[in-house]
Amino acid sequence: MTDRFDPWRSTRILRGPLVGAGAVAAASLLLLSILLALGGYDVAAALGALWRGSFGSSYALFSATLVRATPLLLAGLAVALAFRAGVWNIGAEGQLLAGATGAIAAAALPLPGAVRLALALLFALAAGAIWALPAALLRRRGVLEVISTIMLNFIALNLVGYLVRGPLQEPTHAYPQSPTIDAAARLPRVAGTRLHLGVGIALAAAIALGIAVRRSAWGFRVRAVGANARAAASAGLIDVSRVALQVFLVSGALAGLAGGIEVTGVTFALYEGLSPGYGYTAIAVALLARLDPLLVAPSALLFGALEAGATAMQRDAGVPAAFVTVVEGSLVLLVLLLPVLTRRYEMRAARSRDVAA
Amino acid sequence: MSVNSEFLSAAVRTATPLLLAATGELVIERAGIIYVGIEGSILAGALAAAAGGMFSGTAAAVLLAIGAGALTAALFALFVVRWRTEQIVTGTAITLVATGATAALYHVLFGAEGAGLRVPVIHSIAVPVLSKLPLIGEVLFDQSLFTYAAVAALVVVWWGLARTQLGLAIRACGERPSAARSAGIATSRLRAGAALFAGALGGTAGAALVLVQSGTFAEGMSAGRGFIAIAIVALGRWRAGGVLVAALAFGAASALQYLFQARGWTLPYQTFLALPYVATLVALATTRARGAAPAALGQADVD
Repeated sequence: MTDRFDPWRSTRILRGPLVGAGAVAAASLLLLSILLALGGYDVAAALGALWRGSFGSSYALFSATLVRATPLLLAGLAVALAFRAGVWNIGAEGQLLAGATGAIAAAALPLPGAVRLALALLFALAAGAIWALPAALLRRRGVLEVISTIMLNFIALNLVGYLVRGPLQEPTHAYPQSPTIDAAARLPRVAGTRLHLGVGIALAAAIALGIAVRRSAWGFRVRAVGANARAAASAGLIDVSRVALQVFLVSGALAGLAGGIEVTGVTFALYEGLSPGYGYTAIAVALLARLDPLLVAPSALLFGALEAGATAMQRDAGVPAAFVTVVEGSLVLLVLLLPVLTRRYEMRAARSRDVAA
Repeated sequence: MSVNSEFLSAAVRTATPLLLAATGELVIERAGIIYVGIEGSILAGALAAAAGGMFSGTAAAVLLAIGAGALTAALFALFVVRWRTEQIVTGTAITLVATGATAALYHVLFGAEGAGLRVPVIHSIAVPVLSKLPLIGEVLFDQSLFTYAAVAALVVVWWGLARTQLGLAIRACGERPSAARSAGIATSRLRAGAALFAGALGGTAGAALVLVQSGTFAEGMSAGRGFIAIAIVALGRWRAGGVLVAALAFGAASALQYLFQARGWTLPYQTFLALPYVATLVALATTRARGAAPAALGQADVD
């Protein structure tokens, strides 16, 4: 069965995932170097800072790169699953904010710390799914989910803005943010680092989802709907709109969990700038992983490293972090181009074979 | 000016870049393409307008902005129309690239602090006689050139889509491209043209942000207006008249914060900022709006 959207499908050279990942990392570094040189920056100094900020020390790896990669991994899984089924959920950002809000609400309940933490993550899952629900239901009625999820992203952002100035504002009413979660209800950290248990939860989710998509009957239905919805429906055994609804809800829950883990593991409070666009970067993360949940992990690691490194690059070498954003977007365009390029290459090869024969 | 007419005037002013971008988005969506990257066109236009205004004058600023917006859309069209890549994914990537590229270019061109960059803000032009009308006079007829241009563009688009051969061909591309091609319409060329038009108007919207409102460029200053334009087109049911009303509604919602400050009301204005998005969702849930969407919206033009 061919998948509806798999840009890497026909690429012979990059078939091995490891080779692919290496090629992508090399391509992004090359592109970044060219852009930096064009901008008149000291390329070596900038790349050195990028390295020191991402993988160069155990602090950079554990307290910056992995912490940054965690929400990208979960939101990337949300996008990968949805796109795999042909559900164009670009609402991961809003679902992430909804999840963060749900987690903050649960963490404030008068209960023991561990219970509150567990409830916070459950609330995050539920809130993310609930935030995806309107778009999922409207989709059944023929409304493009691209438009509805964009609306829901903005509603979530404004809702958080209202909540942190209203019902959920911290007690002194001085700052637009929620009260801070106390230590008892936070995700445990690896001693001496900022690395929290969330990275383990995210990895477990990636493995579970990867197995579910590849091996389970449900995963087969998801792939069938994504590959060709009409064929899946006429085969008679698959309720296409039901599968799409399920996928939408699971996708929302995963993005919501990303938000829940971010507030219980990193920020400890809810505020408007909680996510620097994780939900949008997640689209790039998922595409680079060819929508395969297992490959979302290395892809999220690469993006986490790029973003952590970008912060260091800006601080130590005076290079705007925006250069890395250009690289991220270009990577997606490159991934989109690969099948086009290989199609051409194969056609030319076939033509020259015909001529030789 | 009274507080109320100040508010209405601000609503029209805030609606202007939204209306420009939404008019462009309307044309490309009627041709069957959803252009999420219009956010990128707005940003490109804003930076070009700031640079143009700095090094030359207002006219150069506007022309550069139109060019930069169209150039961004040309890149999008190259991918989507020529190489038939997925529209939503491509549009998101274009936005990402444009967000990074404009911020990086701004640093390269104007230095790290960039605080020194000021572009002269253009003033409103009062239409003789009409601007003296009570209440609506100063609200509608004492605005910048961009507001008048936005309304003119919308009228041209309305007339062009509804009453001309070209408009019929564009709409055919959006409803059923394969049938349109059978009828001898060059669908790829039309879709690419619609993209360039959308990008040009998106760039103009960016110029309006710089030359009317802020007088400078800031990273990510489009602040989601491209996405709002997509909402406006949906709320306006893919029609020119509806787009005008929807753009004013979104403009009024954002202008409410000025009204709240002026009146000293303490209610969080975020509630009202969210209203137009909720309204769009509700409107989409009704049957009439759904039927209004171009049938082939979002689909690649393949046999």
